[in-house]
Amino acid sequence: MNGLNKKNTEQKKLKNNLALHMNLPKSSNILIITGLTILLGTTVIISLCVGRYPLSVNKLFSYIFTGQYSDESLPTVLLNVRLPRIIGAIVVGGALSVAGASYQGLFRNPMVSPDILGVSSGAGFGASLAIMLSLPIIGIQITAFTFGLLAVFLALLVGRIVGKNHDKILMLVLAGMVTGAIFNALISLMKYLADSDTKLPDITFWLMGSLAGIDMDELKVVVPVVLLGVVPLFLLGWRMNVLSFGEDEARTLGINTTRLRIIIIACASLITASVVCISGLIGWVGLIIPHFSRFLVGPDHKVMLPTAFLSGSIFMLIVDNVARSASSLEIPLGILISLIGAPLFLIFLAKSSKKSW
Amino acid sequence: MTFELQNTSLGYPGHIVLKDVNYSVSTGEIVCVLGKNGAGKTTLFRTLLGVLKPISGKILLDGKDIEKWNRKHFAQKVAYIPQARSLPFPYTVKEVVLFGRTSRLSVFSSPGKKDELIADECLDMLNIRYLGNRIFTQLSGGEQQMVIIARALAQQPAFLIMDEPTSSLDFGNQIKIIRQVNDLKNNSLGIIMATHSPDHAFMCDANVAVVHNGTVWNTGHANDIVTEEMLKEIYGVKVRVKNLGNNPDCHRKVCIPMV
Repeated sequence: MNGLNKKNTEQKKLKNNLALHMNLPKSSNILIITGLTILLGTTVIISLCVGRYPLSVNKLFSYIFTGQYSDESLPTVLLNVRLPRIIGAIVVGGALSVAGASYQGLFRNPMVSPDILGVSSGAGFGASLAIMLSLPIIGIQITAFTFGLLAVFLALLVGRIVGKNHDKILMLVLAGMVTGAIFNALISLMKYLADSDTKLPDITFWLMGSLAGIDMDELKVVVPVVLLGVVPLFLLGWRMNVLSFGEDEARTLGINTTRLRIIIIACASLITASVVCISGLIGWVGLIIPHFSRFLVGPDHKVMLPTAFLSGSIFMLIVDNVARSASSLEIPLGILISLIGAPLFLIFLAKSSKKSW
Repeated sequence: MTFELQNTSLGYPGHIVLKDVNYSVSTGEIVCVLGKNGAGKTTLFRTLLGVLKPISGKILLDGKDIEKWNRKHFAQKVAYIPQARSLPFPYTVKEVVLFGRTSRLSVFSSPGKKDELIADECLDMLNIRYLGNRIFTQLSGGEQQMVIIARALAQQPAFLIMDEPTSSLDFGNQIKIIRQVNDLKNNSLGIIMATHSPDHAFMCDANVAVVHNGTVWNTGHANDIVTEEMLKEIYGVKVRVKNLGNNPDCHRKVCIPMV
């Protein structure tokens, strides 16, 4: 008996030592986040240089630091064309990724994307409606934003009414599917009714998503709104982890799940709606980037959400650079992202299934 | 501290599962809740945890109605150990145990050094420190159950509510969990445990509450309550309950089902 015990403790000691070696220190996460920040900075500089009006890094730096430039059009290209688009890519990519990651945490399902509660379909319908009514761009954006949030609100309402005595989360997902389907049908209706020479191309183009039209005035509104949604999500990262155990268990661990769920939905929907209204529908980012981030730093939302923001920004910047400079005709961003995103997603899935989930 | 049901009826709207329950558990006591499948054990536990509201009557924790406790303070007193289950994301064992500290943290904060020390202590207490860096979802059922117990201990509660903690565990792991439950009682925790094995009540030298016919049917010490007649009545099978006599290693009664 004693001998057996001794053997057991020895085995445990051995395992303990092994565990110590496998232990990735917390500082490695800080390292990864710092690395991503530097990478984002580098990507921004490269993005300022590439395009149909190529610029050398030297010229860029001499303009930034000394204000001198040889070409008349340089300030316009940089400040009015490229910079807004770069900031737009950072905000849109980051926001969609954080929203996707938060929804995945909330619904305890890594296959969830930001349009799970119908935000995108709602926004798509809002935009199509506004285009049909020949509203100016600002009108299209406001209508898209409003209908995006309206769709989520409807999903919550339906989920609440139908899901009284059922699994609340499941009912919410189903309600989101239903409202999404209704708004998708309404989008089709708008397309069917639209004038095929003038309105239909506009609607189709909007639905494909693009960062081409973004200007500084829009960003002055969108960036603060996105921050308003992203910051609480970052701060609530730890509590989001606890939701992984499901509603009942999270409550017994001391969390007011109803309140937390509402806050997460409100923040994630707010940021999705506010970026979708300037970028149009852009899929995949909110699905693959959270996977990639979990792969990089593990599932702790406290670290994973900032990582998702940074990686989403970098990814969107790179893809948008390709979209605007690969060919003389701009490739619609939504299409390009789907073409790149779908295979990438498969790769992450194959890689991460080895890490078990 | 006591956890008390006073004339409580519980269940779902329009469907009472258990009626007029009066029962009280104190710290330092183990109560085994016995009852056949569907008798209402899980409903009872969900109500005790405040996840389900009682239909009538009161549930008092430390003399105060549990509906008046907020989730945070309640979780500092009562911890729940569910059956082994799956997780959607690959958290490490250490992280899972740290989740037990949530009720001790403010809204926007995350666990600090002190919480990590407590988590390590809890892992030590169950002799599973060596699992700390493993991925929870990759553990065996028995190891997962141990980790969930460690998580509950990290809450530093007064009561533990365990829903069939040994189900889906192999024979050896079942006994390990029961041994652990006995140790925890000696740490003056109050333990309420649902179990499908009446032997567990003898092994823990526990008090027994029998959930049967829509109420808590019978209560008392295992030696008085777990009888051949009672087992026949609630499970509908013939069981011999024998005393092992003066065997110094195991001085207790055992149930022998007749097959």
